[in-house]
Amino acid sequence: MTHTVQELTHPAVVCRRVTKDFGAGDNQVHVLRGVDLDVPFGEMTLLVGPSGCGKTTLLSVVAGLLNPTSGAVMVLGEDAGSMSGNQAIEFRRRNIGFVFQQYNLLPALTAAENAAVPLFAAGVPKKKAVAAASSLLSELGLGDRLHALPSQLSGGQQQRVALARALVHEPRLVVCDEPTSALDHATGNAVMELLTNVAVRPDRAVVVVTHDSRVFRFADRIAHMDDGRIVETEEDQSQSAVKTFGHQPMYAEVNS
Amino acid sequence: MNFVAVQMLIGDRAKYLGLIFAVAFSTFLMSQQSTIFAGIMDRTTSGIKDIKDANIWVMDRKTQYFDESKALTDDDVYRVRSVPGVEWAVPLFKGLPRAKAFDGNFRVVIMMGLDDASLVGAPRDMVMGSADDLRKPDAVLIDRVGYEFFFPKQPYRLGQTLELNDHRVTIQGIFNSSAPFQNLPVFYARYSQALNYVGRERNQLSFVLAKAQNGLTDAEVCRRIDAATGLHATTGREFGWQTIRYYIAHTGIPVNFGITIGIALVVGTIVAGQTFYIFTLENLKQFGALKAIGVTNWRITGMILLQALMVGAMGYSIGIAMTAAFLEVTKGNLDLRGFVLFWQIAAGTGAVVLFIVMAASLMSIRRVLVLEPAVVFRG
Repeated sequence: MTHTVQELTHPAVVCRRVTKDFGAGDNQVHVLRGVDLDVPFGEMTLLVGPSGCGKTTLLSVVAGLLNPTSGAVMVLGEDAGSMSGNQAIEFRRRNIGFVFQQYNLLPALTAAENAAVPLFAAGVPKKKAVAAASSLLSELGLGDRLHALPSQLSGGQQQRVALARALVHEPRLVVCDEPTSALDHATGNAVMELLTNVAVRPDRAVVVVTHDSRVFRFADRIAHMDDGRIVETEEDQSQSAVKTFGHQPMYAEVNS
Repeated sequence: MNFVAVQMLIGDRAKYLGLIFAVAFSTFLMSQQSTIFAGIMDRTTSGIKDIKDANIWVMDRKTQYFDESKALTDDDVYRVRSVPGVEWAVPLFKGLPRAKAFDGNFRVVIMMGLDDASLVGAPRDMVMGSADDLRKPDAVLIDRVGYEFFFPKQPYRLGQTLELNDHRVTIQGIFNSSAPFQNLPVFYARYSQALNYVGRERNQLSFVLAKAQNGLTDAEVCRRIDAATGLHATTGREFGWQTIRYYIAHTGIPVNFGITIGIALVVGTIVAGQTFYIFTLENLKQFGALKAIGVTNWRITGMILLQALMVGAMGYSIGIAMTAAFLEVTKGNLDLRGFVLFWQIAAGTGAVVLFIVMAASLMSIRRVLVLEPAVVFRG
């Protein structure tokens, strides 16, 4: 897929004064309270913050899974807030890859079949879809586990299958929800390295929600959230492989 | 995505088998009980069905069903014959004498008395002997059930004798009869002799059998007989249905079978529905992930319906096969003969099974349709 220079110079995601409320009346909860966020192409942006600060809700809004209550959300140049249900589904299918905290692999499908699910959803014939997924899984180091069921894979291997599923249809935005929280340190690092090396491309943006401060070093940009707002955005200041941020606050490792 | 739906279904073996069992069990109960019910109702018309020579049955106007007829006068035969459009008319006697074997074994039997001259109504499906041998003195024809009752474990042999109302009768033929409702042995004799085998009444004629002349419909001739004689004439087919309607209306048979079939329907729906719903609930995260990835609600609905139809087809096939196996195993038993899986029952059961699986899937579909895909980000 080719993109114009103008497209790529614009951020992949632009949020302006985004709010999101749940419930009504006395039970109304203001989860997002005016979020401003830019997610550039070619970078990995981390959304970090304490539990209940609105990270996952913001990720859902960015991914087109939730509509904002107010504010503007432009994703890949499209107004995500004004899409109809079917338009949003089609948009997600074409443009967004998902990596979930609990992997959410289908237990009855093999690794290759799981990774091919977005292609099945797009109507690609099974043989072709599985071949594409198998090729990607091989790139991710799972060439010898293509026919294994999720129950036969370790946590790290399952997350790699989930990563392949997120990338197999060449999305322009990849959203990851706590991709390392269920993994040990070494496996989490390996997954983040793969994410950095395989997912981040000049024509693609990656947004990761995480509590895990050990993976901050993989980020190009870190947006700190608190109480429904982005309170600080840090950019990687170095040009070296080892990234340096001003500070790396630790957050409680309990998801909201 | 059909492939994904099928894999999701068969991947959970325990629930898949549970679903299939529920549907198969319901199918078997519904089709087997319906078959038995239909077979029993069919048996009530056996005496009508086995008379193949005449299409028109003439009887007293108040006759409700085959097994309970009011005797007509012998003159009624001549009155029917005189109706324009009647090709011929013959008397038919039906009684329930007691037959006794010389070893003391006895049983009430169905005695059919046929017109002496024409033998109209004689059985066609002879196992041994000939219906024409009824013309011999004291001759009777006996069905296989009767022969095997009175002469157990003996090979079929003509010339055996029985006692009927102090008359000795000789078996001149053995035939296959349709199973009667009460499963009593069936005998045929000449009309004049049959009257002697049953206790005398003033009038003994049970029915008049008639045939319409060429070019006239049975219905038209029946109408003419009704008008000319004051008796009631009907076709054999309609008389059969009249008899079935009597048993449905005046016995507890349909209620009993209806309850069993109803229970099968309810249990099948509840068990299949509950299992299917639990199956969907356990896969809710996966369905949420599919929705997030971009699978439309229509497609997910199609996936669930495919799963439901697959379970329905498998369960239905197994259940119908079980019913067919039951009928195959029991068909050799003379007491259980005549039960047939009518295509109407197979089709009707299929329609009910379709309802069961659709009802079972509806709750699941609703649950998935209202599922917010953002649920996949909630741990």
